[in-house]
Amino acid sequence: MADFPANLRYSVEHEWVDDATPATVGVTSVAADALGDVVYLELPEVGATIEAGTVIGEIESTKSVSELYSPVSGTIVEVNQAAIDDPAVVNSEPFGAGWLFKVEVTGAGQLLSAEEYAQHAG
Amino acid sequence: MTEKKTPLHAEHEALGATMTDFGGWMMPLRYTSDLAEHRAVREAAGLFDLSHMGGIAVTGPDAGAFLDHALVGNLSKLRRAGARYTMLCAEDGGVLDDLIVYRTGDDEYFVVANAANAETVLVAFLERAAGFDAEVRDVSASQALIAVQGPRAAQIVTEVLTEDPENSGGTAFDELKYYASLGMRFGDEAVLVARTGYTGEDGFEVWVATQHAVALWRALLAAGEPHGLVPAGLAARDSLRLEAGMPLYGHELDTTTTPYDAGVGRIVKLDKVSDDGTPVEFVGRAALADRHDDAPERVLVGLRGTGRRPARAGYAVVQRDASDAGSLGSRVGTVTSGAPSPTLGHPVAMAYVTPEVSAEGTELAVDVRGRAEPFVVVPMPFYRRERG
Repeated sequence: MADFPANLRYSVEHEWVDDATPATVGVTSVAADALGDVVYLELPEVGATIEAGTVIGEIESTKSVSELYSPVSGTIVEVNQAAIDDPAVVNSEPFGAGWLFKVEVTGAGQLLSAEEYAQHAG
Repeated sequence: MTEKKTPLHAEHEALGATMTDFGGWMMPLRYTSDLAEHRAVREAAGLFDLSHMGGIAVTGPDAGAFLDHALVGNLSKLRRAGARYTMLCAEDGGVLDDLIVYRTGDDEYFVVANAANAETVLVAFLERAAGFDAEVRDVSASQALIAVQGPRAAQIVTEVLTEDPENSGGTAFDELKYYASLGMRFGDEAVLVARTGYTGEDGFEVWVATQHAVALWRALLAAGEPHGLVPAGLAARDSLRLEAGMPLYGHELDTTTTPYDAGVGRIVKLDKVSDDGTPVEFVGRAALADRHDDAPERVLVGLRGTGRRPARAGYAVVQRDASDAGSLGSRVGTVTSGAPSPTLGHPVAMAYVTPEVSAEGTELAVDVRGRAEPFVVVPMPFYRRERG
């Protein structure tokens, strides 16, 4: 079973979020592996208000397209332009340089600890 | 349904492949990265397990005449050791499967069918063989198929297989032409090697007895590694064949499609004759002759995306709205295959469209989940290798 960073919290839709302010959001290695090579990201715009558990973007790989859910509610303050320009980083460093956006959090959805997520993704 | 496993299943698992269901078979989707596997085939070589494909041996004095009756092509005239792309059609002209037929002897042919259609082909062959002195035998279970594809493929095959003068028909390996085959040896075992493939690169497909498949797979992997060969899964196979403009049954071809719709009408030999000079009324001929004379209702075209979002199979092709680039115009067709092209760096797709919008350079759009993405009609193949 894969190890997931213990300092992050996770959604059942395979996003992660940290506890910084603003919070950083990405997709997990499980999602990245399942998608295959990511080739296109559609992310919300800076200033957009997002709601936990709703579809806020798309992640497209060579073989498929998958919806991006927000693990938290809040306002987008930054998107990862480097990942938009070269989405391969989502596969290579999903928990690092492959982050997707930063958000001023006003509320969280149902989130899992690393251990709970590992069981969910098991 | 329980998925069938190829003789190389344990090899795929040991290599850490992500497996997927394909035509009732559990097959490797990718080993590491779709893109890396795709690029390896374009730049060096890839190794594919194709043992899910159906293999049917047809033998007997009437083998050629039977195939002329059962298929749209002129197989009795196929030269010894030659291979031909052909189709099995229904009486109404619809495509039941696309096939490759090898002539392995004067009265011997070997037919390769798609995994999902192997049973359909076998049943149709057995029905259509009535009255012919020909034996139809399913040899899928006793034969594995391994492909080596890419610019380094010939070198790799040379290092693993040896010439077999008794079964080569006098052809040396380095003289083997595209769409031709010859018998070679893997150690003491006879194998059938064909210079065919589904990637747009030079490459070879090797039929080997099931019990020797693992040894051959390992030998090709070991010999290929210094050349940059990697095992490649179905994801790479699909993006490679799409770039090469090759149809995939279930996408560009199905029972509602005729060979003419798919742009391969040239393989339908309406005028073929038997040895005594009489016309061959092959199955589907009447419907195909009508279809040949009619203006087509739809045309298979290549589409190049000028934006970044790829079209996918099933998406609607629409007219482009000159006043509002993002809005959807009226529907003119349907995407049958689509992906971001790893080699070209932009989206590519195949689609059936109405003839009025099929001309090269026509600006169209695809409804990508509610938004119009710009595409333009381009000639296929999207990718053509440089020939040395």
